[in-house]
Amino acid sequence: MNAYLPREAEIVERIQETPTVFTLKMRLTDDAPYAFDAGQFNMLYLYGVGEVPISIVAGDGESLTHTLRAVGRVTHGMAGLRVGERIGLRGPFGRGWPLREAEGRDVVVVTGGLGCAPAVSIIHHILSHRERYGRLTILQGVKHADDLIWRAQYALWSQQPEVQVLLAADVAAPGWGGHVGLVTALFDRIEFDAARSLAMLCGPEGMMRGSAEGLHQRGLAAENIYLSMERNMQCAVGHCGHCQFGAHFVCRDGPVFAWPEIRELLAVKGF
Amino acid sequence: MSKPSVAVHKFSSCDGCQLAFLNAGEDLLTLSGLVDIRHFLEAGLADEEAEVDIAFVEGSISTADEAERIRKVRAKSRLLVTLGACATSGGLQALRNLDESNEDWKQAIYARPEFIRTLAHAEPVRAHVRVDFELWGCPVNGRQVLAAVRQLLFGVNPLDERDKVCMECKRQNVVCVMVAHDKPCMGPVTRTGCGALCPRFGRDCYACFGPAEQANTSALAQRLEGLGLPPADVARRFLFINSQAPAFHAEGLKHYQPGFANGDRQ
Amino acid sequence: MQHANFLLRSDLQQMLNIISGDGFRVLGPRLRDGAIFYEDLRAVDELPGGWGDVQSPGRYRLEHQESPRYFAWANGPQALKPHLFRPRESLWRVNREDGGELAFSEPAMPDAPLAIIGVRACDLAALELQDRHFLGSIPDPYYAARREGLLIVAVHCTHPADTCFCASTGDGPRAERGFDLALSELDEGYLVEVGSERGERIARRLPLQASSEAQRQLAAAEIEGAAARQTRRLPEGNLRDTLFARLDHARWDEVAARCLSCGNCTSVCPTCFCHAEQDVPALDATSSEHVRQWDSCFTEGHSYIHGIVIRAETGQRYRQWMTHKLGSWHDQYGRSGCVGCGRCLTWCPVGIDLTEEAQAICAPLKDEAEDKTGDAIEEGKV
Repeated sequence: MNAYLPREAEIVERIQETPTVFTLKMRLTDDAPYAFDAGQFNMLYLYGVGEVPISIVAGDGESLTHTLRAVGRVTHGMAGLRVGERIGLRGPFGRGWPLREAEGRDVVVVTGGLGCAPAVSIIHHILSHRERYGRLTILQGVKHADDLIWRAQYALWSQQPEVQVLLAADVAAPGWGGHVGLVTALFDRIEFDAARSLAMLCGPEGMMRGSAEGLHQRGLAAENIYLSMERNMQCAVGHCGHCQFGAHFVCRDGPVFAWPEIRELLAVKGF
Repeated sequence: MSKPSVAVHKFSSCDGCQLAFLNAGEDLLTLSGLVDIRHFLEAGLADEEAEVDIAFVEGSISTADEAERIRKVRAKSRLLVTLGACATSGGLQALRNLDESNEDWKQAIYARPEFIRTLAHAEPVRAHVRVDFELWGCPVNGRQVLAAVRQLLFGVNPLDERDKVCMECKRQNVVCVMVAHDKPCMGPVTRTGCGALCPRFGRDCYACFGPAEQANTSALAQRLEGLGLPPADVARRFLFINSQAPAFHAEGLKHYQPGFANGDRQ
Repeated sequence: MQHANFLLRSDLQQMLNIISGDGFRVLGPRLRDGAIFYEDLRAVDELPGGWGDVQSPGRYRLEHQESPRYFAWANGPQALKPHLFRPRESLWRVNREDGGELAFSEPAMPDAPLAIIGVRACDLAALELQDRHFLGSIPDPYYAARREGLLIVAVHCTHPADTCFCASTGDGPRAERGFDLALSELDEGYLVEVGSERGERIARRLPLQASSEAQRQLAAAEIEGAAARQTRRLPEGNLRDTLFARLDHARWDEVAARCLSCGNCTSVCPTCFCHAEQDVPALDATSSEHVRQWDSCFTEGHSYIHGIVIRAETGQRYRQWMTHKLGSWHDQYGRSGCVGCGRCLTWCPVGIDLTEEAQAICAPLKDEAEDKTGDAIEEGKV
């Protein structure tokens, strides 16, 4: 079994979310099975250009959905993909969110920027297995109000029973109904039983460190706080060495970690 | 769908970088099937005013006419890519920027100096217009140029090869000419892209691909001094083909001595 | 038949013949461009007979010496690494059909197994570490294909360089395991040790003679002497906690002022495994090769992530290297990632000495020093 070898996938749908963020829905063209856990990622390959690690937003037996931001060579190129075009895909890789451990508990999801993409899979899972989980609080912070994607979806989620949605933007825009400032300022408003809760964080490292500390102060045990880390990932199987974070290979041991596993190095400059 | 259009423009240069296209052999045929080459004087195609998708520019901007012409090229090109050291950092002719006795040289060299009209400094294209991608090297090579063309045709930026030459030497199992032979190699501060051409033949790198990222020029200069190079020679290592690249310029000037340009060794 | 383990120098060629006759591609130390590399070897007279190496930080020289020996040197710029973990290789190829369909395929695997002659103890230790990395829970098929069947004839080191410190890391100069055969070189020939069944099958076909007690004693003494002559050493023990408690140490910036961030140290390190992947498409876009090549934590690209370089500064890159090599390696692979071969000292163009930097960074900090003063006096170290 060669873990480096991609499979072929066909783009079946493309959605432009913002000027730089887009969603690709794809299907594998072979008959081999594919299953993933929320929080895992795939390596997507643009023909002749290269591979990038992209978290899986959603998937069923028919298709897989990835949301990307055009920021580097490969993602810029992928922004030009059209329905019917072929790419390479290998995965899923890594350790996903602790959704089993979260059963029977209140769940807090804190995301920043496009960090919401890997976390959407958590929300989908909880909402489709609603009876297994307690209250769900979704906190999302963005730099500028216009950066918020999936506004309609947040509105929809906030109407679900036992779901609380709190939004924050550093810079507001006309019609912004959420908080202006850091997302951590909203922690006082989370309605949860800290003793029986579990938090999942995704976003820039500074935001995750601040959030982990803020939630810990609200009574959440350190080992019940999980974070999804990002590093340069090229092989996705712990060989190429780029994603090392202390002793961890983020691609293989993560990308989701319990806070105590990475606390000492989190947001240390240059690590 | 029409083929992407390409132009190759020449400014102050020796024409050597354009040979990366002309010497490409079979690849040149392949390329001509992929793109519509509208302007390329060295290949006998002349349409300087053509609007193109990709313009390759060879040469530095050394005259007022060139300063005007590069603005036109920019206006008529969707992407502008510099081709080689002259266009990217001013090249060898920018050595005159270091010396204030241009007038004296002109009088001494040319029979009719009144016909010579140059700008005070030879400058990289970037100093005049926006550049989308820079290909370093004196000269550039076919692999590098065609790889860049291929990525541009895919609609993405070419890979920017910013690692040091040392990385390429080691990948090619080349013995370090500095460690094993005391040669004043510039590899540790120079961009790869050449395939470690000089060290593969036992020669020291002379930095024709310009500075690499995080080039620790002062540590290397100190090492060159340790190998016995006098200050003027250390200056020459940095103030050569890419003398105007900021990292090399700053380091070279630290060792530069009056009379350097006239060849007087201290 | 006791101690029938001596092979005359004139019979060494027979060993090469037997091994190549068994279907191996034989590599051994050879001179090239002023250094010693493991390259294709057919005859013993291609070995670096009468050559020694003189190494110091930032300097490597071969010197001729009056000796009949083939292995009277410490090491060359590369261990076994380039033969198993190739500096550049294709991971897969993809063809694009006219309709845009992509067909991915694996490259051909090597045909003949490798045999490497003259392997050092430090390099064997490094091989074991690369095995742990590349042959873990998700094996690398290309490394595995070359590793499988690799035959090793070690030669115990009797001529350490000034840059060597394998005695300090516990990885040499005697090769303890991981070989099929191991040789002790004496002026007149070799004492042969068997390390595997495969090695045994080769030894049985060699014209071995009885060795003398004097030969055996001399061989042992030469190896002991090789350990005793080493002057450099790393701080003792697992340095993980010490290093990670010093992430703000001023020395990182001091070393960065000297460091060229050129990646030579990591490229010659026999345990460094980092590699980068890139596509090399055909100009006509009908196919593309997905290639990996050696990378280094000293490059900008190593820590690049969507528009940000996490380790933009050289001090951060040196810190990454050392905290990994001497620190987190313990958590990943159960031991330090340094085998004491000294290559990173020799092949650093500016001669940065890992042992010296590690000693400086791991030295007791001011407050720690005060805490420990009492103990030190008791032990008579002050």
